[in-house]
Amino acid sequence: MLTLGPLGFTAPWLLLGLAALPVLWLILRAVPPAPIRRRFPGVALLLGLTDDEAQTDRTPWWLLLLRMAAVAAVILAFAGPILNPRAEEGGSGPLLVALDASWADARDWAQRIDRVEALLDEAATDGRPVFVAALTDPPAGGAVFSDPAAARSALPALEPKPWAPGTAAQDWAEALEGGFDTIWLSDGLDRPGRAELLAAFEARGSVRVYQSPRQVLALRPATTEDGQVAVQAIRTPTGPETEARVAAIGLDPAGIERQLAAAPATFAAGEGVATAAFDLPPELRNRVTRFEVVGQRSAGAVTLADDSLRRREIALVAGGSDEEGLELLAPLYYLRNALEPNADLLEGPLSDLVPANPDVIVLADVATLSETERAEVEDWVRGGGLLLRFAGPRLAASDVGRTTEDVLMPVRLRAGGRNVGGAMSWGEPKTLAPFAEDSPFYGLAVPEDVTVGAQVMAQPDPSLAASVIAQLSDGTPLVTRSALGQGQVVLFHVTANAEWSTLPLSGLFVRMLERLSVSTRPGAAEIEEMEGTVWTPEEVLDAAGRLERVDTMPGVPGERLVAPEPGPDLPPGLYAGEDRRLAVNVIGAEDTLAPAAWPSRIPIEGLAVLRELPLKGWLLAAAAAALMIDVIAALALSGKLGRPAARSASRAAALVLAVLAGGLSQPREARAQESGPEDAFAVEATESVVLAHVLTGDPQVDETAAAGLLGLSRVLAARTSVEPATPMGVDLERDELAFFPVLYWPVTADQPIPSDAAYEKLNTYLRSGGMILFDTRDADLGGFGSQTPEGRKLQALALPLDIPPLEPVPEDHVLTRTFYLLQDFPGRYNSRDIWVEASPPDAQAVEGMPFRNLNDGVTPVVVGGNDWAAAWAVGENGSYLYPVGRGMAGERQREIAFRFGVNLVMHVLTGNYKSDQVHVPALLERLGQ
Amino acid sequence: MSEAAALSLRAGAEALAAPLPPLMAEASELAATVLLGEHGRRRPGTGDDFWQYRPAGPGDPARRIDWRRSARGDTPFVQDKEWQTAQSVMLWVDAAASMGFASAGQPAKADRARLLGLAAAILLVRAGERVGLASAELPPGAGRPALERIAARLGESHEGEHGAPDLSLAPPYGRALLISDFLGPLDAVEAALAQATDRHVRGVLLMVLDPEEEAFPFSGRTIFESMAGTQRHETLQAGDLRGRYLARLAERKARLQDLAALSGWQVSIHHTDRSAAQALLWIHQALGRRA
Repeated sequence: MLTLGPLGFTAPWLLLGLAALPVLWLILRAVPPAPIRRRFPGVALLLGLTDDEAQTDRTPWWLLLLRMAAVAAVILAFAGPILNPRAEEGGSGPLLVALDASWADARDWAQRIDRVEALLDEAATDGRPVFVAALTDPPAGGAVFSDPAAARSALPALEPKPWAPGTAAQDWAEALEGGFDTIWLSDGLDRPGRAELLAAFEARGSVRVYQSPRQVLALRPATTEDGQVAVQAIRTPTGPETEARVAAIGLDPAGIERQLAAAPATFAAGEGVATAAFDLPPELRNRVTRFEVVGQRSAGAVTLADDSLRRREIALVAGGSDEEGLELLAPLYYLRNALEPNADLLEGPLSDLVPANPDVIVLADVATLSETERAEVEDWVRGGGLLLRFAGPRLAASDVGRTTEDVLMPVRLRAGGRNVGGAMSWGEPKTLAPFAEDSPFYGLAVPEDVTVGAQVMAQPDPSLAASVIAQLSDGTPLVTRSALGQGQVVLFHVTANAEWSTLPLSGLFVRMLERLSVSTRPGAAEIEEMEGTVWTPEEVLDAAGRLERVDTMPGVPGERLVAPEPGPDLPPGLYAGEDRRLAVNVIGAEDTLAPAAWPSRIPIEGLAVLRELPLKGWLLAAAAAALMIDVIAALALSGKLGRPAARSASRAAALVLAVLAGGLSQPREARAQESGPEDAFAVEATESVVLAHVLTGDPQVDETAAAGLLGLSRVLAARTSVEPATPMGVDLERDELAFFPVLYWPVTADQPIPSDAAYEKLNTYLRSGGMILFDTRDADLGGFGSQTPEGRKLQALALPLDIPPLEPVPEDHVLTRTFYLLQDFPGRYNSRDIWVEASPPDAQAVEGMPFRNLNDGVTPVVVGGNDWAAAWAVGENGSYLYPVGRGMAGERQREIAFRFGVNLVMHVLTGNYKSDQVHVPALLERLGQ
Repeated sequence: MSEAAALSLRAGAEALAAPLPPLMAEASELAATVLLGEHGRRRPGTGDDFWQYRPAGPGDPARRIDWRRSARGDTPFVQDKEWQTAQSVMLWVDAAASMGFASAGQPAKADRARLLGLAAAILLVRAGERVGLASAELPPGAGRPALERIAARLGESHEGEHGAPDLSLAPPYGRALLISDFLGPLDAVEAALAQATDRHVRGVLLMVLDPEEEAFPFSGRTIFESMAGTQRHETLQAGDLRGRYLARLAERKARLQDLAALSGWQVSIHHTDRSAAQALLWIHQALGRRA
């Protein structure tokens, strides 16, 4: 093998043939082009003329060059050129291909897999057994070296994981046995344990490393600073100044995920950390679910926002706030100070605050609410709000919750309250009792100096004990709570200021508010409170940074979340606990990125795959193409491709133009052709009255419907002045319906639901006076049709139709007398119930009249299941196609079926004409009265 | 003559005559584009056209008196007609192999020559002249039968590379029309003209050339072969020959002009890509010109 740059030759000796090219040049030059024979009468004039130049007409240099190139290409082709020949890397024995497969790999995973495939190809040529392992998800057991083809078939299942290889990989590598070479596709990031891993691999054989020197960007968890959300982006390697765009993504009010805001994070040159600051209004900030670096597809470039980012909205309402008072005695002063650092406070009239839908409403010594306010607040609490009430002089003086239970009060109160340890009372101020185990405050230390001097008292009650979540040392309730709907009502039996107790002055007050989820906890979860809790993953990130909702993953113990280190048992994502959600992010708040450093003994290569590409075929093809061009050029040169060729070329061009023009003009023709059948359809449908049936797609049903309408048409022509033409089948999707007075629609269980456009057409048809006769053909509409498949289909079909209320045909419906006097409407079946538009409720029968003065117009639908078409159906020779009943009774039934059909068509065509009172005398006579 | 031989003769004659009706029709059509005129001898004599009235003199037969004219005066008048004599025109149309050449899209020179020849014959016969066909040794004849004979014989093609005119049958003081490409040896033409001049025959030469023969649009290594294949010339660079070929062609035309001028003939050159009517008009005028 001879290698020249990226080219290699398998048979380099053949290249000596190139030396023969100059000789060929001379020979080609010497040989004149073949003469052309011409008949020419003027030869006589030419005789004796000699050529000026003794030298023959030379083949032009470019043609020579073309031929030489063709010959050279052939020589080169047979010398076996190969682009990017694989260097002889040698090596034998088993080969371990280890991939980091971490989140940093996700962006160019396909490239990595390509690289692995190339490695497998090489191993296949060398006959080495191979094992492919992802270090983020080390396979159970050791390495099982197998055929590269088998390893290759398992490649698609290999995917990056949204965490970094951890100790598991190290353990796995150290447990490997036997000798093998290792090829390590690194993600390029330095992390602890890499040296140990390398040592474990090196103990087994040589190690080669592939990694690409590309930029890796990641995001640290978002933090709030001075009301701004700051997201720190980190990068490696630190290079010149660059800018990364960080997007805040969340749900918009319509529930659609979109980018809510974006901010640049500008890395100064040489700096590895940059900050993107978002100044978001609280409403928007609470919607943010995650931040991500725009254009980066990796889990590291995504950081999830959990509840710690949210600032709760707390509405503060105090009773009598309009009073002038000392600042420190104001009912809300301590609350405001306790809550302000990590919540958004709303103050104002209660009627304005409830619509703002805050998370918490604090009522400090508010006794009575107006009726509407009560209702609003109650609705809000039931919808998940937390109503936090504080006692005070007004509450103590009022009758709220005194005799009856007030839903906005967790317990009933005794009148007055009590004072202890005051100037006018006995005893010492009371201290707090330790919190019970079932209390949300359990675990909080009770300071000795918190005393309560006055409180409102709860009415002793069997359910009182369950409501108490904090009590005084003498057992009287201090904080009570009750659930209301999805929310809860909490009452502090003391004031929110220091008037009644020193509780608001203590740190305990703040912690208690935190425990009540009034304010959010700053900082991360603490080990004590996480112990024993179980958190369920709600959404997890994949390595590419996509958030996926999961509901099949097992819960995670709370201890694991204290200092979260994502791994197979703790995929990054959102974990829901009892009262809040915690995010586990790929990158921690203190993490930095650094490029992996390898000892100099380890060869490092790029990821780019340079596949061997044999060029023989291409060169031979090029030679063939050059020779083809040579043929044409030689012909052209010797004049054999002269004018006739030009003419045929122009003819070909004309042909191409004609074809193009034809192609362009084709759509127009096609349109013209399209309009043909439509017009024909319209003409056919409007030449005379045509009965139509809806094509269901079931050939049997469609045939029966056509035959039935044909039979009815013949009866109509024979007995009435209506002489319909041959009935037509109507495709709802395609055909215009307006031409038909009545549509017969046999319902089959499996016919398709028409499209919206078809329904629009149908509704227009119904509104403009058309009638549809629905026939479920099951004789079972008496059971309201819901029992048969056809009945259910009918409901589905009729749902989008604009149909008025229906009723069974009343006895005096005009359908009973438009032509024949009928009371039954049988088809093949004789079910009584057929349904038509309901008559107006105020229709009254006039005394002495046989029928009411009923609604104008034509009922838009007639619904039944008597299979009329089958009763009407006649063949071409006029014979009935389906039997109806038995004997004479059956014939009678068929006759009545025809009469129903005649009446129906008459009803459609004449409307309520027979409802007119003018016909009363004649009808009375016919009725035999 | 056996029946079979008669049948084959007839079949051959029909095959030969097949192109004639179209040729005849085409030639008649062409001839119709030329209006007859100035055919009389401009003196009284026998003829059909009115020439003059003159007072009847002694010797004029009484039936020649034009009574309508005489009735306007006292003197009897006689109507003289213009003297019209029939002229003998000998037609020679070259039908040798070289005339068979046609460049793409153009009619063969022979076809054009035949067409022009027959059209001229039609014109002449219509004018009452007698026309003969020298190339087929048809002596001059008058009227439609002569025309049909000419038409029948015009289709024949001749052996040989170039035709040689032979005007030995031309009556003295007659006229002659030679149509050829005159690419062959001019000695034959010269001899024929000398012979004709000796017998006081005047006439016209029409040189029919194909546009390619004028342009010589060839290049590259070419072997030129004559139409009958008797002559060939090979060149390595046909393009280089153009100038010299054209010079030779011009020389030949000049020689033809010289020959004609010496013997009082007229020469014109017709290209097959031009309208035939133009050539016919020239022939008509050239033949009608007083010698």
